[in-house]
Amino acid sequence: MGQTIIEKIIAHNSKADSVKPGDIVTVNVDRVMLDDIMIPFIVDKFHEMGFTKVWDPDKVVLIYDHLVPASQQDDTRHYRVGDAFVKECALTHVHRSDGICHQLMTEAGYVKPGDVVFGTDSHTTTYGCVGAFSTGIGYTEMAAILGTGNLWVKVPETIRVEIEGTLPESVMSKDVILRLIGDLGADGATYRALEFTGTAIDEMSVASRMTIANMAIEAGAKCALFSPDEKTAKYCQTSLDGFQKSLRGDEDAHYLQVITYQAEDFVPVMACPSQVDKIRKVSELEGTVIDQVFIGSCTNGRLEDLQAAAKVLEGKTVAPFVKLIVTPASRKVYEEALACGALQTLLKAGAIITHPGCGLCCGRTGGILCDGERVVATNNRNFLGRMGTSKVEIYLASPAVAAACAAAGKITARI
Amino acid sequence: MEQFTGRVWTLGDDIDTDIIIPTEYLALKTIEEMKQYGFSPLRPELAAQIRPGDILVAGKNFGCGSSREQAPEVIKALGIRCVIAKSFARIFFRNAINNGLLLIEQPDLYDDMKEGDTIAVTVNQDVDYQGKRYPIASLPENLVEIINAGGLVKAMRRRNGIG
Repeated sequence: MGQTIIEKIIAHNSKADSVKPGDIVTVNVDRVMLDDIMIPFIVDKFHEMGFTKVWDPDKVVLIYDHLVPASQQDDTRHYRVGDAFVKECALTHVHRSDGICHQLMTEAGYVKPGDVVFGTDSHTTTYGCVGAFSTGIGYTEMAAILGTGNLWVKVPETIRVEIEGTLPESVMSKDVILRLIGDLGADGATYRALEFTGTAIDEMSVASRMTIANMAIEAGAKCALFSPDEKTAKYCQTSLDGFQKSLRGDEDAHYLQVITYQAEDFVPVMACPSQVDKIRKVSELEGTVIDQVFIGSCTNGRLEDLQAAAKVLEGKTVAPFVKLIVTPASRKVYEEALACGALQTLLKAGAIITHPGCGLCCGRTGGILCDGERVVATNNRNFLGRMGTSKVEIYLASPAVAAACAAAGKITARI
Repeated sequence: MEQFTGRVWTLGDDIDTDIIIPTEYLALKTIEEMKQYGFSPLRPELAAQIRPGDILVAGKNFGCGSSREQAPEVIKALGIRCVIAKSFARIFFRNAINNGLLLIEQPDLYDDMKEGDTIAVTVNQDVDYQGKRYPIASLPENLVEIINAGGLVKAMRRRNGIG
């Protein structure tokens, strides 16, 4: 009997010959990601549990991103608690203002294909882009991992998504994952692994795959997995070993469901207020007047996203009543976007460029909105109250569509 | 078999963690300070109306969204005895169990009942609503162990030879 990618990773990790969906397995954790919002809670639980040292400081990464720079008085308390914990446990992998946690985990080389990684943020599914099993957990479980180095997981069933062909030029990987979430529903992959395959996936950059893995959680998925290939190896600055090369779904593996798409059939889409699975074609929303556009986040704040936006806005200006807020996902992305001229193009078009971080996506800083306002945003959630008051309308879209909307001052499919 | 009754508040499908406790309140120092903002984007008045022992009954995918463990902690701090939903999102499910908040999956109750009514729960057996019995499943063994230990913190304290 063949195996899916997630089954191979969990079996390899736990030194079992094979595992099957439903098995409860204790995994050895390869890396953990702790974020600034959760750090005081993690530290409290860690001490309450009676632990005095972390199991392996080299496997722990602490990233300040949601609260950097501080937007509320008490935010800096989180830095102090985090820094004290760094000292107490001799942690060395600490990022205090380098960008968004999920961008940094892969960009800085903390995650390799086949790894098992947990983070205190739901978008930890992102690292599936390089073929790692990664998922979000709460702070109590994180505290337990910090003390023990392991965690129980239930082996999930796998849904295989096959996309053959070439995506139309106006379509980005964001449109692919939005459509899939619409088709599956916001709970359509709950407790399941999503496995992506097909020629359209092979063609995608690691950054584009990251967008898809990032949003897998919006369909409820436990994780999303892409087979590591040469692009992955280059991105991770490694060469793939035998195990990593084996991370492909076997022909005779058991899949709960197989969903097939033809790449040419995709069109630009949006998730409409206030559900991630309320997907409409952008062309059906044409003309809806907007107040703000946000291009950034762990979903779509990478170099290729900023370049796509810059390409659309080259020689154009943002509509006078619209604020375009651009937030590079990391310091490295910021530098690269400067070096290639993308940021200059966006600035000239009238964009407000902010520091790398979670920023507006979590509704705490940098452009929160008020009752009755409408925003087109490239992040991952359009939940009630996510980016301001509960009467803000959030439309999720690709960076190219978002940029076109910024210039038009209204929703438009004319990229 | 553990039994209890409680007054019900009903909520819809896809009640996400940003609704349960919005991001802007996550950096408050304690769950006690946070709890007044529970469910505020959807029903700002609800947190003040909930009384200890009340029960939440909701549709599908309760607790979807972020991994914030403050969500089950706020629900517990408000005095909610248990949450009954058609289904739960998985991170929320684990977080609730680790904090000793009882979750019950029941596919039909939500469609039949109305807010303000009272139900009787017999854990691992059924829910009684106006004489009609709605069956509920038992939890997997490894989760029962965590609950029986009093949550994951207590289980770890025991592992480390304290308490």
